Amino acid sequence: MQLGFLVDLHLCMGCKGCEIACKVENEVPLSTWRLRVKYVDVGVFPETKRTFTPLRCNHCANAPCERICPVSALHYIENGIVNIDKERCIGCAGCVMACPYGAIYIDPETQTADKCTYCAHRIASSLMPACVVACPVEANIFGDMDDPASNISRYVMEHQGNVQVRKPEKGTDPHHYYVGGGNVTLNPLASVRPEGHSLFTNITHLPVGGHH
Amino acid sequence: MHAIALEATNAVVTLDVALPGIVWGWIITMNMWAKSIGTGVIFILFYLLKKYPNEAAYLRFPLTVVSIVFIHLFLFFTVIDLHQMFRFWHIFFHPHWMSAITVGAWMATIYVGLIFFLAYASFIKKDNALFDKILIWTVVVGIPVTLYTAGLMAESSARELWQMPTESAQMILAALLAGSATTLLIGGKLPYEAKRDLAIILGLSAFGAFILYMSEYIFGAMKAEEVAATLEFIKGNGEYTTMFWIGQIFAFIVPMVLVALSVTNKSTSLLALASVSALAGLWVSKHVWLVIPQLLSMS
Repeated sequence: MQLGFLVDLHLCMGCKGCEIACKVENEVPLSTWRLRVKYVDVGVFPETKRTFTPLRCNHCANAPCERICPVSALHYIENGIVNIDKERCIGCAGCVMACPYGAIYIDPETQTADKCTYCAHRIASSLMPACVVACPVEANIFGDMDDPASNISRYVMEHQGNVQVRKPEKGTDPHHYYVGGGNVTLNPLASVRPEGHSLFTNITHLPVGGHH
Repeated sequence: MHAIALEATNAVVTLDVALPGIVWGWIITMNMWAKSIGTGVIFILFYLLKKYPNEAAYLRFPLTVVSIVFIHLFLFFTVIDLHQMFRFWHIFFHPHWMSAITVGAWMATIYVGLIFFLAYASFIKKDNALFDKILIWTVVVGIPVTLYTAGLMAESSARELWQMPTESAQMILAALLAGSATTLLIGGKLPYEAKRDLAIILGLSAFGAFILYMSEYIFGAMKAEEVAATLEFIKGNGEYTTMFWIGQIFAFIVPMVLVALSVTNKSTSLLALASVSALAGLWVSKHVWLVIPQLLSMS
């Protein structure tokens, strides 16, 4: 079994329901995230549009975080998920430095690394990840990539030529795919990130893991 | 980061979470800087004892003590940077050998044992033959201790700026630069020829490291988009431009010039200044190189 995730960006409307569901399900502390939806505005008024990109751990087959972890706190489980053992983590932040997707953070409460686990605890109980359940437009498609009859496999086959991963040049072989993505949505260097404000906040940087 | 939006897209991030601050900051800089001195003095001591066995004999114990002090500073800063420092022992009981951190921790542990053995041989046993035998193994183990941080940086796939084998070369050059500079400051009683040799090692290490930095500075942006974006922080009005050049001038340019003047004039009076400049500048240059890739948004 090789679990994978696909987000159809044509469908995503940026409601952040997945973000909230993830926060609640995994008790993700304030100022940190396992899953977030990034808004990028494109164009010049009146020819503008807003893009929405859910971002989470890519559960790479060649995961830099798993390789760099000195104590195997980050490890593969048999369904392909890159899981984390927070009791073993020493908080060296090597994984934070290694992840090309910025998907790992230091939990300010436990002072250990944390990230999306595709809700491994729910999957163990044959439940879908919380973000999949919460999505009102079924933009999140999750399943077994090794099963040609699974929703995700069929979706990938139907959208051949339009399925992308983030930063393929890193050679990480992500198991997280996007349909309808583009340079602006998938490449962080393709958009400007003005300091000081965004739609609802004026915070752009936070201390890592709080004070320790 | 690009200062303005691309005309064709005018793409601007309008809502996102706060970005994490610097993950590896000055504590890791202290780690790398102290390690450069801790292993560098042992490399230099090995050279001096081969080339000037009688004149450099008195440095066996002092340089061993310097190595012990700075390796423990390195270990101290390594441990305090951990968010769960009291779990440090997990590295020894749950080791993951693909990680440069694990390999480095084990090598550093062996290295600490060896330098204490050196102290025992020189201070308690007073056995130079034994010391010199252990010194060979200390040098051998000192090489991976010096290099493991480069491996760690290479494993940091997110930070395109840190490339192998450039980082390995930088680590070895930093150790030779720091080792020769520290020995010049301590080895006042060394003959002129030995000091000249140390000065040449210092000057060549500075030259080599400067060439690597400048090569990356000039050509790095032509290879990869992320490197280009990272180097923007040390170019023009970049956030770290001033600090970068302070590091380059003090760590490399000033020592190169002073060493050239010293060797040309057969004088050693400028070497102490060159050494202090090199050690201070090394900290700054390492810090800038450590921090700037962390300023980029990864997602």
